[in-house]
Order: sequence, then C-alpha cells, then structure tokens
Amino acid sequence: MMRIELIKRPQHSALFSALSPIIALVLTLVFGAILFALLGRNPVTAMYIYFVSPLTQVWQIHELAVKAAPLILIAVGLAVCYRSNNWNIGAEGQLTMGAIAGSILPVLVPEYQGVFLLPLMLIMGMAGGALYAAIPALLKVRFNTNEILSSLMLVYVAQLFLDWVVRGPWRDPQGYNFPQTIQFSDAAILPELFPASGRASWAFVFAIVAALIVWFLMAKTLKGFEVKVIGQSPRAGRFAGFSTGRMVLFAFMVSGALAGLAGISEVSATINQLQPVISPGYGFTAIIVAFLGRLNPIGIIAAGLVLALSYLGGEAAQAAIGISDKTARVFQGMLLFFVLASDTLIYYRIRLITSRRAAGEAALEHS
Amino acid sequence: MDAEGGNAGEALLDVRGLTKIFGSLRACDGVDLKINRGEIHALLGENGAGKSTFVKMLFGSLEPYSGEIRWKGDKVRITSPGEARRLGIGMVFQHFSLFDALTAAENIALSLDDGSPIGTIAAKAKALSYSYGLPLDPYSLVGDLSVGERQRIEIIRCLLQTPDLIILDEPTSVLTPQEADKLFETLERLRSEGKSILYISHRLEEVKRMCDGATVLRHGKVVGHCDPRQETAASLARMMVGSEVSAVTRPPVDTKADHSPLLEIRDLSRKAATPFSVPLRAISLSVKAGEVIGIAGVAGNGQGEFFEAVSGEALQDNAGSVRISGKDAGRLSISKRRLLGAAFVPEERLGHGAAPLMSLSENLLLSRYSTDRKAFLGPLGTIRTATIESASERIIKHMDVRMSGKDPEAAALSGGNLQKFIVGRELDRQPSVMVVNQPTWGVDAGAAARIRQALIELARGGSAVLVISQDLDELFEISDYVAVMHDGAMSQPFAIAEATFEKIGLLMGGAAPEQAHPVGEIA
Repeated sequence: MMRIELIKRPQHSALFSALSPIIALVLTLVFGAILFALLGRNPVTAMYIYFVSPLTQVWQIHELAVKAAPLILIAVGLAVCYRSNNWNIGAEGQLTMGAIAGSILPVLVPEYQGVFLLPLMLIMGMAGGALYAAIPALLKVRFNTNEILSSLMLVYVAQLFLDWVVRGPWRDPQGYNFPQTIQFSDAAILPELFPASGRASWAFVFAIVAALIVWFLMAKTLKGFEVKVIGQSPRAGRFAGFSTGRMVLFAFMVSGALAGLAGISEVSATINQLQPVISPGYGFTAIIVAFLGRLNPIGIIAAGLVLALSYLGGEAAQAAIGISDKTARVFQGMLLFFVLASDTLIYYRIRLITSRRAAGEAALEHS
Repeated sequence: MDAEGGNAGEALLDVRGLTKIFGSLRACDGVDLKINRGEIHALLGENGAGKSTFVKMLFGSLEPYSGEIRWKGDKVRITSPGEARRLGIGMVFQHFSLFDALTAAENIALSLDDGSPIGTIAAKAKALSYSYGLPLDPYSLVGDLSVGERQRIEIIRCLLQTPDLIILDEPTSVLTPQEADKLFETLERLRSEGKSILYISHRLEEVKRMCDGATVLRHGKVVGHCDPRQETAASLARMMVGSEVSAVTRPPVDTKADHSPLLEIRDLSRKAATPFSVPLRAISLSVKAGEVIGIAGVAGNGQGEFFEAVSGEALQDNAGSVRISGKDAGRLSISKRRLLGAAFVPEERLGHGAAPLMSLSENLLLSRYSTDRKAFLGPLGTIRTATIESASERIIKHMDVRMSGKDPEAAALSGGNLQKFIVGRELDRQPSVMVVNQPTWGVDAGAAARIRQALIELARGGSAVLVISQDLDELFEISDYVAVMHDGAMSQPFAIAEATFEKIGLLMGGAAPEQAHPVGEIA
C-alpha cells in the first residue's frame, strides 16, 4: 500500500512560494479543459476563445484594464488585512458603501461641477468604504466578534441599502420609474486615459499607484513590519509593543478605503450613475486575486489581470460558443481552490510512503 | 535485593545499533543500551543529544532506520505506542497530555481502551495512587491541580497498564525538591517490585543518587556506559558535554558602587485573566544596580503573569506598582518601559520572544525599534536594513550563535542558539534593567554558561538583573538574592549565602516563610 504524506519543511520554500500560483493556474486550465470537454465543446477552441480571443484587439486590452482596476485596488487592501491576520470578507459591501458615499455630491448637488468635485467624490468614496469596514473591526476589537461573519453579513446590508436608495430617495424623477439615480454630469465622470482607443480610465492608474504604495509600506517601513509581525505571531507583536486592536482597525480601514475607492471609481467611470447592482462581485473575486498574488501587491497586479481575463473570457465564451458566463465563476472558484491547495507545498513537501513506514510515522502524530 | 530476578543474565530490554536519520542529521547513531529487570537506568545527554528520539523509537512513536530491539529476549518491532503498551512499556512524558477541563479519572479513562465505567477506573486509580504514596483525588479537575499532581496522574495512568518498563522523561524538571523526593520513593518502590525504569534527566545529582546504570549520549552516539554511583557529577558532565564546561564566576557585589534601586515592584496585584491563569498577590520587590535577584518557583505559580506585568505586556491599574529607573511605569507600554532602560526576555522563544518565520535581523528590530529608532529607522518609518543586519551580525558574533546560512529565519535555529540571540539582542544595548524568564531553558551547557556569565557581567557593570527560573542550580550559580514565587505570591528575597535547597523547596511548595526561615530546624 502506498500513501501520500506531507512532511513539514524546516524553512518555507522560496521556490514553491513563486511556483505555487503558476501550478494553480496550470491545474485550473487543465480542469477547465476537462470541463469544456464534458460540456461537449472542443477544449482547444473553447480555451482559445476564453483566454486568448479577449486579448486580440486594443479596445479589449482597455476592457481588461477596466475589469482589473477594481480587482487590484480591493485586493491590495485585502492583502494588508490578510497579512495582519484579519479576515475581511466584506470588500463587496465596502465597495458598495464607498460608491454610495462618493455619489452624494453628483446625485444630491448636481449643480456643483467645480474642479474639486472629482477629488471630493473619491475622498468621500474612500471614507465611506473605510467607515463601513470599521464596523466589523470595532466589533472584533470590542466584543471579539468573528470578523469573517460580520464583514460578510454587512455585504448584504450594503447591497440592500443601495437597492433602497436607488428605488427610493435617490431615484431619478425623470427616469421612467427605473431604479436608478440621475446620470452624473461630465465633471463627475472619471476621465478615460486614451479616449481614442478604449474605455480604460484613471481607475487603473489608481490601482497601480495603490499597489506600489502598499508594496513600499509592507516591504520597507516599520508599519509594514508591524502588520507582518502581528499577522504571524500576535504574542511576539505584543512583546514588540504593537497594539493588536489598533492593527485590526488600521487593516480594515485601509482595505475598506481602497474598496470604497474602487466602488466610486467604477460608478463614476463606467456606470455614470447608481443602479441596484454596480459590481459583478469584484469584492469577492478580489479575495482570489489577493491570494493568487501571494498577498504581495506586485503579484496582485498580475493576478488582477488574470482574473479580469476570466470575466472577459466568460463573456466571450457566452457569445461565441453559447456557454453560460457563469463558467467564469467556476474558473474563479477552481483557481482559488488550487491556489490554496498549492500553498501547502510552500510549508510541506510531499512524500510517498509505503505501508511499513506509514505505520511508524502515523504513530508519531498521535504521540 | 537481587536485581536479576528469575531470568538471571537476561536483560529485559536490549537495544543494539539503533539508528534514526532525519534528512542529513543522524539523530541516533548506532545506540546500544541494556536494561535489566529491577534496574533504574539513566539516559544522560544534553539537549539535542538524541535522548528524545531514542525513547520515541522505544515507545513506537518513531520508526528506527536500522538496529534492533530485543524485549525479554525476543526481537520485536514496535510500530505504535499501543504496541509498546501491549508489550509492557509505559511512558510518562515531560510535557503532559492532559485536558484541563476534565477530571483526573476522565483523563485516565481516555487513554485506556477497555471501556470500563468511569467509577471503576476512578476507584482503581485511587487505590493504586495511595498504595504508591502518590495520593490522588480522581474526581478533581486537572485545571485546579499543581504540576506535581498532574504528573501523578500521568504516572498512575502509566502504572494502571502494569508495565514492566517505565520511561520517565525529565520527571523532576517541574517538581519542588520535596515533590521530587516523593517521586524517588515511588521509583524505588517500583524497582523493589522488579519493574525497570528508564530515567531521562540532565540532573546529575539525582542520577547519581537513584540510578544503577547510565548510558550517556552525545550527538546521537553513545559515549559511554557507566555506573553513576562510581562517578562524580563533574565526570558525568564531562562525558555529556565532551569538554570541560567553563564554570560561571560570580564576583562579589562591589559595595562601594551606586546601589540605587532600578526596578521596584510595589504591592503588585493582578486578577487572573483566564480561568487557568494565576492571580498575582501583592508582590513587592526591589532590584538594585549591580545585583542579580533570582526568582524560584514551580512552573505555573504566576511567573508568566508576573513577567507580563513587569514587562508591560499587561498594564497595571496603579502606575506606581512598577517603577523603572525611578519613574512610575505601571501604566506604560512595553516600548515606553524599554525607553526607560529596561529589557525583557520572555520564556517562550518562538512566537513570543521571536517571530518564527522572520529572519534574525527582523527579530532584532522586533524588540529594538523604539530604543534604537534613530539608528534603525529612516524618514517615514523606513527600515534601514543594512544597519540592522550589521547589528545582528555583531550580536551573532558576540554570543557565538551557530546557524546555517546568512540571516536565517528564527525557527531554523536550534533552541539554544536562538536563546543566545534573544538574550544577546537585549544585552547589546546595555540595558539598565534586565528581566529574564527562564534564561537557559532547553539550552546546552556551554551556551547556558555563556548566558549566565553575561547576565552576571551585566549586573556587575551597574545594571539591575531579575531572573525567573525553575532551575535551582542556575539560581544558586548566578543570584545574589533569591525570592520564591508560590501561587501568585512572592517571598521576601534572602541572600544566596543563607539559601539552601530545602529552604527554597519548602517555599516553592507553599510553606509559610516563618516555617521555612530557621534553616537549622528543618530536616
């Protein structure tokens, strides 16, 4: 009898740290191909349509940037959270609240179109996301509430609040009863980078800048060190004199602010008004982006582009070969699954064990 | 008594050439060992010499790479602890495996697979415990018991399975001297019944006193079999370490120098934070410049809680209850206390004193970013990696920290080497107050001597040093004064010249100071 065993490595493997996202991507592609074959499509054609065809024209590259921007922004903030061992699952809700807060001026004071309008909208969006993220953070610090549950549940609260806002008080009176606000004025719309060739907006620039700043913070400063120490061993963090409570608040508010920025950028640049649904689940997909990028902001830029491609591929596959665009979700789910599974290889190595050895080692685990 | 019993000449256990390899390390390398019936056999060796690996193979927790085990004359393969128990080998572990929230009887029942009702087990355990002079209330909650009492549960649990060989791993490291005496009586009783004992320890005096034979391991190899009664503690130590261990020298306190108190603890009390932690009861203590005060006590009598309160990891209600360098520090964070000149070394190395997955230089920053802010941090709180790395190399050199590679993760170092780094990290800034919890726990003799000498030198250089330790030999070696902690309270410190093992032992066991004080009347 043979069996597979995981042996803890004395020191984590730098090689597999770098390799694990690639292994995960390859496994996702292999199983994706099997999935297409089972659906009765030629896997080669399907994979081409899914992963290559969305990248063949310039305007499509723009679309990739449009989809990647919110993913990168949110994932970079989540990386700070997850590195500090705070499990913010509610970025989708913080995105929604950021979008609502950032829309206050263009919806309620549409006549104000000054030069400060956009900066104010962005700041209010970030503030909205940060304050909404502060709720699960404060609950955790004060009452030791599980932040995974509270932040997740607050997503639904935020989404229903948005639904109520656009159907109720903020509904466009001239909108034929559609649940939406008035269109933003031009001054309230985030400009496109190269309007001649496609839709990519400044949101993508924000995403890259945010990634670089957070990379610097995490790699080069005492604050980043504090985040990592508290995340790895809270007791050593306390010994160092770092406050875990303040770190919970800091991490949640940074990631909430970036999710809020993603929300208001998306509404301002892409949708130009508030609707009942403003995001195809960016806040959740960003969790996958954060892990695929190894919680490293530079890796997250690459991972954000990969996940953005899965959205575009889903749309392309629906149009070209009639597969539901829900396959995008399937791909994303498989990717997260394989990323987390491949991460095991960083701390463990695999050994095949014959039955004779197995008995002795198994006993060790019980002692 | 005739130790050979009925099967004269035939050993109960005869191990030949037992070898275990982990990666490139030969943890046990051709170990031979023989135990007769009714023999107490010592297994001696420093930390990392291969003692634990060896007994794990005997107990079926690890599988040998090569070599053979003969049990009562037959060659056996011990594939699991269950198999070891069936053969008649029982083991009492150094770190207990008991559930705090269950009763003693329930804990015992968990390890027996015979499914008898709890009442029967409790009655059997109680009868057995009294017959061996280890009285035990089977219905008491483990969480409420002292460490010595918990060990009794482990021993009774082991004896219920009527083993022929009992393996005891460092059994006295958690006991007061009086509790240890009690244990020795039990062991002698077991020997007289013809049972054999494999006794693992690094305490040479008790090995000399109790054991009929000894096997000494060094770097996985047997360096000698001997009769410990024929050896001196010094000759046994030489066999274990392989060279002469340099003795720690403690020069007398300079009476002319300034002896103002640098660390003062006044009426420090603290409520128990969790159901299983110990409340502190009105502790007062003053540590003066130039002296080392040692705090003795059995583990779990509030030392950890005391350390946290002094270090500032837990704040006090009253600012005056901890004073550092003449300033009230009770409400100050650990960083602010460090800025007043204090340095701290906690008991746990990995996960408390050091972050396991961070490099040594990052772990240097961990405790020094506030005191060395100017040197280690640049504008915007950027980390000056090069400066920190060279400081880290200086400490590594000064403390003779052995490691592989440049700037490895803390978890990759052996316990002793990491401890040298963690102590060296604090010594490097010449703190005026140093508080250390278990400075040499699990550290090999050479490294321990180095750490102890460094602490004495720090004190003689004008600092106040407070050492919390369970190792009485260590406290006698380095302290000028000793105080004893029991159940969250602390005795008055007394000069080391007036201290004896008996006196400290009585205080450790909870005797009132007045009973312990007149040394002459005891024993």
